[in-house]
Amino acid sequence: MLFYSYFKTLVGKEVTVELKNNLAITGTLHSVDQYLNIKLNNIRVVDERKYPHMLSVRACFVRGSVVRYVQLPPGSVDVELLHDATRREARGG
Amino acid sequence: MDENITLPPNIEDIPPPGLALVEELDKLLLVQLRDGRKIIGTLRSFDQFANLVLSDSKERIIVAEQYAEIPLGLHVVRGENVVLLGELDAAREPPPGLQLVSEAAIKQAQRAEREADKLKGTLRSRFFDFLDDI
Repeated sequence: MLFYSYFKTLVGKEVTVELKNNLAITGTLHSVDQYLNIKLNNIRVVDERKYPHMLSVRACFVRGSVVRYVQLPPGSVDVELLHDATRREARGG
Repeated sequence: MDENITLPPNIEDIPPPGLALVEELDKLLLVQLRDGRKIIGTLRSFDQFANLVLSDSKERIIVAEQYAEIPLGLHVVRGENVVLLGELDAAREPPPGLQLVSEAAIKQAQRAEREADKLKGTLRSRFFDFLDDI
């Protein structure tokens, strides 16, 4: 639940999602759910020429299970806060 | 930084996972599958695993600057094979800069591309074998 809560705080920010098939998509985080499925708006594909089928896509839903990395905007991680939340979760909330 | 993360989540406040697709119902979507195929269809139903029902679906094959669409009809896609669902922008559809060709033509182009890739692979492995030998 911790990372779900964390990603919810990033809604509206610009992130880059790298998938297990190496496709990398930058876009505004629209929503996230408990499976860490991600919805992005105003997307652009990092290597557009390699993925011509994405040219006509402006918004997308990415299944959580195919995500490899999420690149976050700088300064979006408050380590202290995450530390505390992690400890609290480890204690069982 | 939002303080939400420090609050213990209230179970009633959390929407069930996979619900985000409600907004896409009855829209024309591009579904990318794990094997690299792209299917275009209207989303009729889904569940929490992203199992999908697509009506009037077609597979879109793109090779270099050419593309073709193969009609598939009604399809159920098992969620584990779904990589991405893209909302198609009507203004950029069909994709700009691509030329529509027949199914036979695209299949041939696909075969040619696969052969070229294979050849590249063999040349590369021979080159590395050669490096190993010296």
